[in-house]
Amino acid sequence: MALDQSFVGRTYPPTEPYEVGREKIREFAEAVGDANPAYTDTEAARALGHPDVIAPPTFVFAITFKAAGQVVADPQLGLDYSRVVHGDQKFAYNRPLRAGDRLTVTSTIETIRTMAGNDILDIRGEVHDQNGEHVVTAWTKLVARAAEEA
Amino acid sequence: MTAKISYADVEVGTELPAQTFPVTRATLVQYAGASGDFNPIHWNERFAKEVGLPDVIAHGMFTMAEAIRVVTDWVGDPGAVVEYGVRFTRPVVVPDDDKGAVIEVSGKVAAKLDDNTVRVDLTATSAGQKVLGASRAVVRLA
Repeated sequence: MALDQSFVGRTYPPTEPYEVGREKIREFAEAVGDANPAYTDTEAARALGHPDVIAPPTFVFAITFKAAGQVVADPQLGLDYSRVVHGDQKFAYNRPLRAGDRLTVTSTIETIRTMAGNDILDIRGEVHDQNGEHVVTAWTKLVARAAEEA
Repeated sequence: MTAKISYADVEVGTELPAQTFPVTRATLVQYAGASGDFNPIHWNERFAKEVGLPDVIAHGMFTMAEAIRVVTDWVGDPGAVVEYGVRFTRPVVVPDDDKGAVIEVSGKVAAKLDDNTVRVDLTATSAGQKVLGASRAVVRLA
């Protein structure tokens, strides 16, 4: 079923703040096997010019994707999440995430297209810190595969 | 930001050190916990096959996290990454054995841009197949 084009440009309310924890950063870095000391050692992070340990570049996806769930679960949009796959992912950083950040995400539907029966949805997530400063923007392309013929 | 690579020292075509990243079922379980993505296609073979996959597959975001390490290990400071994007073209299939799968990643400088930034194009393969497309990062050098 084609999605309603009138949802293009719709912006959802900002999420409740997500606090970036240093142990969560460590857990993530260990899970991807990345021993870069900027993720776990405050002194090493400071030596690189960061005020505290920073998070790996893709860490923020867990936060923006949860926020995108508002869009995905919007009953008025009518996306069939059981058929959704992740098509593309992009990030543009103003600065890396760091321990202690309290981040909110504002999600916007950028485009809706239908190709060969697949619904293609581009969602932009703008991430701001507790001071209102822009940290990173995430673009997520979701593809809802066409339902098989009954 | 304090990249250890100087803008003046790279040119279009400069190759970054390639890396290989092993991924087993245990890796996927650990990544599921750390990322909060518990989709059963990443740990439940029965479910993965029911939805038409050949076997359990790695999280696309896991592959994305590994691929950028070729860049962050090269520059030293992960905070030097300005942009990073990928297309998920093929899944990384992870069999339930002692070896699992391997993701091979290489990168080269594709363009020198403004403000000491360069664009790096990444190639990620597993079992001889490209698993990421249009995989590129913009990184600020010293």
